[in-house]
Amino acid sequence: MKDIDKFKQKLSRIRKSKAEESNRPCIIVSSGTCGEARGSKEVFLALKNVIKKYKLGKKVDIRLTGCHGFCQVEPIIIIHPENIFYQSVQPEDAEEIISETIINKNIIDHLLFKDPNNGKKIKLEKDIPFYKKQNKLLLKNNASIDPFKIEDYIGIGGYSAILKVLSKMKPEKVIDTIKESGIRGRGGAGFPTGIKWSIAGKTEGKKKYIVCNADEGDPGAYMDRSILEGNPHSVLEGMMIGANAIGAREGFIYIRYEYPLAVTTIDAAIKQAKKYRLLGKNILGTGFDFDIKIVRGAGAFVCGEETALMASIEGKKGEPRQRPPFPAERGIWNKPTNINNVETWANVPLIINNGAKWYSKIGTKGSKGTKIFSLVGKINNTGLVEVPMGISLKEMIYDIGGGIPENKNFKAIQTGGPSGGCIPKELLDLPIDYDELASVGSIMGSGGMVVMDEDTCMVDVAKYFLSFLEEESCGKCLTCREGIERMLEIVERITEKEGKKEDIETLKELGEVVKDASMCQLGQTAPNPVLSTLKYFENEYLAHIREKKCPAKVCRALISFKILKDVCNGCGACRIACPEKAISGEKKKLHSIDRKKCIKCGICFETCKFDAIDKRAGSD
Amino acid sequence: MINLRIDGLDVQAEDGWTILETCQFYGIDIPTLCYDHGLSPYGACRLCLVEIGEGKNAKLVSSCTYPALEGLKVKSHSNRIIKARKIVIELMIARCPNSKTLQDLASKYNVQKIRFKIKHEDCLLCGLCVRMCKEQMMSGAIDFIGRGKDRRITTAFDEKSDLCRTCGGCMYICPICELRCQGPDPPGAVCGSCLEMSPTCLDFSSEAQCFMVESGCGTCVRNPIKKNVNEMEE
Repeated sequence: MKDIDKFKQKLSRIRKSKAEESNRPCIIVSSGTCGEARGSKEVFLALKNVIKKYKLGKKVDIRLTGCHGFCQVEPIIIIHPENIFYQSVQPEDAEEIISETIINKNIIDHLLFKDPNNGKKIKLEKDIPFYKKQNKLLLKNNASIDPFKIEDYIGIGGYSAILKVLSKMKPEKVIDTIKESGIRGRGGAGFPTGIKWSIAGKTEGKKKYIVCNADEGDPGAYMDRSILEGNPHSVLEGMMIGANAIGAREGFIYIRYEYPLAVTTIDAAIKQAKKYRLLGKNILGTGFDFDIKIVRGAGAFVCGEETALMASIEGKKGEPRQRPPFPAERGIWNKPTNINNVETWANVPLIINNGAKWYSKIGTKGSKGTKIFSLVGKINNTGLVEVPMGISLKEMIYDIGGGIPENKNFKAIQTGGPSGGCIPKELLDLPIDYDELASVGSIMGSGGMVVMDEDTCMVDVAKYFLSFLEEESCGKCLTCREGIERMLEIVERITEKEGKKEDIETLKELGEVVKDASMCQLGQTAPNPVLSTLKYFENEYLAHIREKKCPAKVCRALISFKILKDVCNGCGACRIACPEKAISGEKKKLHSIDRKKCIKCGICFETCKFDAIDKRAGSD
Repeated sequence: MINLRIDGLDVQAEDGWTILETCQFYGIDIPTLCYDHGLSPYGACRLCLVEIGEGKNAKLVSSCTYPALEGLKVKSHSNRIIKARKIVIELMIARCPNSKTLQDLASKYNVQKIRFKIKHEDCLLCGLCVRMCKEQMMSGAIDFIGRGKDRRITTAFDEKSDLCRTCGGCMYICPICELRCQGPDPPGAVCGSCLEMSPTCLDFSSEAQCFMVESGCGTCVRNPIKKNVNEMEE
């Protein structure tokens, strides 16, 4: 009997035993980096102890999994088979969960999720509005598997795609399937994956490499991390399929230094896959050799750019170089190399298992499939969201995100990380896909989404992203390095009351040139935060420059504080709190702020319980 | 041979040529700064930009690093290029106002105003010295460290390098070490550009182009003999 048939039997044995297990009640503790930070490990240990106490070890399973997406209410536990959803669980709740829910089958009211819009308590995971509009092709598995157990992944049908490829699909067929599915790279630029593969496949070369780009550096974005932490085997399987199709024998996972948990899970996954003979020499007796190495980045944002990433793998300084030659022709050590993002790789087994037609039905004309976004900022439901391409921004913010906290007004949404753009209220009906976002001056990027409300100053936003990019540009191209620095210089001047009326023109002119003249994607997209805020929020810039006012009351030099005569009761709290001793006044009498001493830190504003301190746009 | 079109002219390039090399072969003038024909191209200064492609897909690339490809359509002096080039020069001078090379470029491209704060960094990070040291002097004593605004050129660990033979190759090739002419007026961000007479001595070293030759500014490297003659006459 052939190795591959033996393996098939082994898989079905594992799946059978897993299916039997699944009838038992199981407590699932979500424990990605976000969950761990909010104490999921402690909850897990407490639950384990209680299970031991009640001697339920053989009747109840408990599983530690990756992130489920709803980071706002971590630590989350889900109780199978009913799928009861408990949120913000503390270790003290463990006793009650076991004795009430597991043994007596009662629901614990105070752990249920409360809809912030109507105050209703929701019992089941699928009824929570945050999950309702999502289509979780990738993220749903995070709840079903323990990332450290390959058997769990096999249990949900894992490694059947590589089996299908090795037993009955020719490399050309695999590449054609990926092409037909219409999937585009999830890393940012959105290059069609199938075309990339076919170029790398056609290039002659004894040695070829494939790379998984896990250098996810956008502030506020963590889609790739949650896949690596929650379901590392799906990435490995995708890479195996890619390597087989292209003819590569070696693969690298380039993972950023700041993701220690993801490094542990992926490392364990590689070891287990080797044990199952899914990696190494002569895989399952088919003559296909493939091995994966982990390379840890050193913390440079620019190393997410593919040519810089390759230089970093080679041990050189992480600096982009001119393309062409493209990596598919001359990549790592001048050998043909294919680079894809974590999310792209994780999609590959799905496409192979379900077929290109099934995949291409999801999404819009130009962008297929689902995309994971990290929805953060001024929004009620923070977390990871997986939606089909083409969903509108409005649905994203109001239906899934649950709107803006404290009923404030929505101002803008920033997509695509530091080099993306800010999209205003008027464009909320925009469907989310690669081309639509590009048409309004933003980018899809890797999928970061930062929501901003009326209290956000758009000039300040541009300043923040520019200062991030100023440090993270590699510094090779003069236009990127100097251009960003000079744009920041001008924007800083504007926020410090020194804005000149020609500044807007200079910013526009400089931004266009930086976009045009820089070599890599970082430089070419770096002016987006400035250009898009200038395009949609020019009035705010004008208010800063002409009226010397910050309408959102953020820029310190352009606001002022005043104590309201009729409201102040002279309690003196602000006088005590002021770090500069700028507030004076007798007890029970009206206090006043000395403008010259005031540094506009806002502590008095925060301290006053009677709303007697007025924060004003404009410095006087 | 590779067939491509530059400024509407059908040209042929040898295998392995870049766009810049092709342009130079055909006598099409493209300004360069971080490029030297004895060193590997680097593409840092963005001065040698050319426009490739057509319509919506047209983009600017550095001609010193971009290979001459079959069927490529190249423009060497479009408005888009000149606009970008002017900003590039403005950014360069804002960083290093004391370089004669840069001041000459400014007058050649009619850059008359610097809108940014002058920094006096005295290093443009063009990387010529780094490549000179590594590729021609076979040493590698200096390299870039840091990234973004912290990027600079230095020896390993900022210590005196055992690899450095003090050959001076780095200083020889530096376009910034070379001091600008000292004109009659106190130096501003951009020099007087020889009273805006173009072209400047970047193109012609004839003494007729520089009004300073008569008095001898003392910094002109192109006409040292003439200066000595002047001194002798006195």
